[in-house]
Amino acid sequence: MSQLLRIRDLKIEGRSDETWVPIINGVDLDLDRGQVLGLIGESGAGKSTIGLAAMGFVRDGIRISNGTVEFDGTDLVKASASQKRALLGKRIAYVAQSAAASFNPAHKLIDQHIEAPTQHNVQNRKDSIEDGIDLYRRLRLPDPDQIGFRYPHQVSGGQLQRAMTAMAMSCRPDLIIFDEPTTALDVTTQIEVLAAIRKIVDDFGTAAIYITHDLAVVAQMADKIKVLLKGNEVEEAETHQMLSHPKEEYTKSLWAVRGFERPAKPAVQTSATPVIRVDHVTAAYGDVKVLHDVSFDMHEGRTVAVVGESGSGKSTAARCITGLLPPLSGQILLDGARLAPSYKTRDKMQLRQVQMIYQMADTALNPRKTIGEIIGRPVQFYMGLSGTELRRRIEDLLAEIELEPSQFIDRLPSELSGGQKQRIGIARALAAEPKFIICDEVTSALDQLVAEGILKLLAKLQDELKLTYMFITHDLATVKAIADEVVVMKDGEVVEHGPKADMFTPPHHPYTDLLLSSVPEMDPDWLTNLLAERGVDNIGDAAVDKM
Amino acid sequence: MSTVFGAINAALDAVVTAIFSGLGLLVPAVYAAQPFWIRALIALAAIGVAGWMFRKIGQVLSKNRPYFRDMTFGVAYGFAFAVWALGATAHLFFIVENPFFRWAIQLLIVFAIAAFLFRLLGRGVGTTGSRKLFRGMPLTAAFGILIILIYAFVAIFAAAIAPYGQEQVLANANIVPGGNPATGGDPAYPLGTDQIGRDILSRLIFGAQNTVGIAFVTTCLAFFLGGSLGFLAATLGGWLDQLLSRIVDALMAIPALIFALLLMTIATAYAQGERTQVTLYMILIIAVIDSTRVFRLSRAVGQSIVVMDYIEAARLRGEGLGYLVFREMLPNAYAPLLAEFGLRFCFVFLTIASLSFLGVGIQPPFADWGTMVRDLSQFINFAAFAPNVAVTPLLAAGAIALLTVAVNFVVDWMLHRSSGLKE
Repeated sequence: MSQLLRIRDLKIEGRSDETWVPIINGVDLDLDRGQVLGLIGESGAGKSTIGLAAMGFVRDGIRISNGTVEFDGTDLVKASASQKRALLGKRIAYVAQSAAASFNPAHKLIDQHIEAPTQHNVQNRKDSIEDGIDLYRRLRLPDPDQIGFRYPHQVSGGQLQRAMTAMAMSCRPDLIIFDEPTTALDVTTQIEVLAAIRKIVDDFGTAAIYITHDLAVVAQMADKIKVLLKGNEVEEAETHQMLSHPKEEYTKSLWAVRGFERPAKPAVQTSATPVIRVDHVTAAYGDVKVLHDVSFDMHEGRTVAVVGESGSGKSTAARCITGLLPPLSGQILLDGARLAPSYKTRDKMQLRQVQMIYQMADTALNPRKTIGEIIGRPVQFYMGLSGTELRRRIEDLLAEIELEPSQFIDRLPSELSGGQKQRIGIARALAAEPKFIICDEVTSALDQLVAEGILKLLAKLQDELKLTYMFITHDLATVKAIADEVVVMKDGEVVEHGPKADMFTPPHHPYTDLLLSSVPEMDPDWLTNLLAERGVDNIGDAAVDKM
Repeated sequence: MSTVFGAINAALDAVVTAIFSGLGLLVPAVYAAQPFWIRALIALAAIGVAGWMFRKIGQVLSKNRPYFRDMTFGVAYGFAFAVWALGATAHLFFIVENPFFRWAIQLLIVFAIAAFLFRLLGRGVGTTGSRKLFRGMPLTAAFGILIILIYAFVAIFAAAIAPYGQEQVLANANIVPGGNPATGGDPAYPLGTDQIGRDILSRLIFGAQNTVGIAFVTTCLAFFLGGSLGFLAATLGGWLDQLLSRIVDALMAIPALIFALLLMTIATAYAQGERTQVTLYMILIIAVIDSTRVFRLSRAVGQSIVVMDYIEAARLRGEGLGYLVFREMLPNAYAPLLAEFGLRFCFVFLTIASLSFLGVGIQPPFADWGTMVRDLSQFINFAAFAPNVAVTPLLAAGAIALLTVAVNFVVDWMLHRSSGLKE
């Protein structure tokens, strides 16, 4: 195979506070025709920056300070704007992370699709529309003849991501750069997109750079994998080799993340009063019913994971428990006592017992308040502490979430990393000394290593303080790691409820089965086997239909 | 000062005249005979050719460096246009010698130097925080702050600075500004006197106190009203939000100046000529009318903050309304509100000037810039043959314009800073 892309000693710098700070410190990269390279690393490792640099492009405020990016013999670093214009879109294409944000909402999909081929004089308008429809068919989009004539908002997220892949393919490029194309999708939708991408890359023999932080995904897609850490290459190897025999410590630690699993606790006595009982709750936003007669119990010192796709009613259940959304019928019981439907009429002690940790730590912490103020307020509000007592309590709380008190107490949230912010969110919940904490997708915005730290911390706190967690998530690996019991929800109903062990051993509800089998595994042949097993090409939609 | 300018003028005059007369030889007489719009088109095309040549020469001389190689024609045209604009400025300044244009350019240079020195001072003196602030400050913002400080100083110490009283009628009326007896001036009254013999400099200084002071009070009141109601509507929502928003809609549907005029006419009749009372009513009326705009802004800002998870967390904690609004929401709304304050201040200020110009604002004999512009407006007709006389009404108008520009410079800078901090 001939070499397509050759990056040598690439150094990239970013501007910060009037000086240039290195982002990428001399990375080499080789890619042959038809080969797929997986780029993995934590956020901030420089994956996306390298991906864009492979197109000779850098974002504003960033510059390539050294090195060459040779694409088929042309150095893109030195190439003129018109030279690059002739290559980009035609021979190199890009698929962005969020298709919903990358499509222009004012134009139909097909009009955006044919822009590149007509601009580059590859095809005329009529031919490229026909070709677009053909690509939609190959990517198993529903109703391929018509879907292109819809606007982006009329199409679902997974379908948009496939339409974007089709768009990247429109000129039959030699190289496509996929920048986290499935990160924002549910597991069941993710499979459709993965299968579609792999099919089309195989069909046309296109080379690709696949950027992701999900190891299991990259294992399905890539021929070889390159691991990055803080702008440096850690190691590169062929996929099977990399998965079975990683050389570097850092790579091994990435691989080991998925090993964390807490032993399940013994079964609860049925006679015990649950901390929270959700009792036949039905709830609606306006006229749209989102919860139908939902009931489940949560017992002291245990973690109940609530899983399901987006729109399944997981978060709505949490909103009913906190009282943000008063249910239409049914009730919430705290220690056997009925809670008022709205938080406005609950008393201070009841509010104190139920705390919440949010998914996005960025919006959950007031950006204009210091960490000390954020954590101190519940202590002040519920316990009435002030002065040195208050300060000591804040320091204790910070120590409890494993952050050095003197370093963090006077900082603002913007000065913290994502994982540290999430820890502050946990400390704020702990400050109220609650019995019950709702964790709403607390790890889904974090890197795997950081997420594992948060999960371990939550487990430790549960053991020390006998806390009860309601753990809302769509990530089954997280469920496996931390849950004692699992509630599976679909379309506002509980489809399965029981101890974790039951959930992960068959037989289960067909929907649980679909969820479970859709979680990517580290085995590189997993996707191939799964596709063969399910026996359908359009696995996601079709599998749901079959149920 | 004037001798320095004289020396610079004389030196540059010689150079520029030489260049222009040299170019004059190249321009054919046919061109000069064309109507204006054809000459304008030819000039634009000539600039285009010059821009293209500039880029080409740049490419050749720099051996195809990316800067020249990837330069768009628009940028090249901009360079050529800027050179032409500089030439035109020099032409107006040195050849035509339009006095107003010369004053404007000279003032611009003086202000730029003053702002630069002020910023330099700020960088060297003061606490670490204020030094850091001045270090990242653009020249425009330094200029704005300097002007605002000067105005504030003048307004506060008006009685001590002004040579005469604002109502004092002096012996000589209609003295021309400039203080030069040869052109009808008087050194005792550097900016001259008006038709009934009041010193214009003193009236300008007292005008700062009246106009700026009243505008400040009015803006504060408008913000208190509009801001608190806007946040309340955003936080509580429901029927209160509907009620307040519809009232504001109704008020906003009437053109502000006409509405203010109407209400002021009623208020003036109601006050039966009691001057301080009329001023009080004016403050209230303008504050209420302007608070509708503040309400809209603070409601919109409040609504985007109120959906944040940290507000939800505070609500679930059981916090009261006061804590929610003042402790959780307000700190996050400072940047847009402060920027709006600057703009609103200018608008209020202009409304007062307009009302005074129309005769229902600040009542005579209190000095006010709007009234001064109205009283002296007929002198503007002398601009063609006696520029010194025409300056009289422009002084008050210039004072208004300068403060407006200064406040906007500062507001722009604050907006930029607050948006930069968020990224």
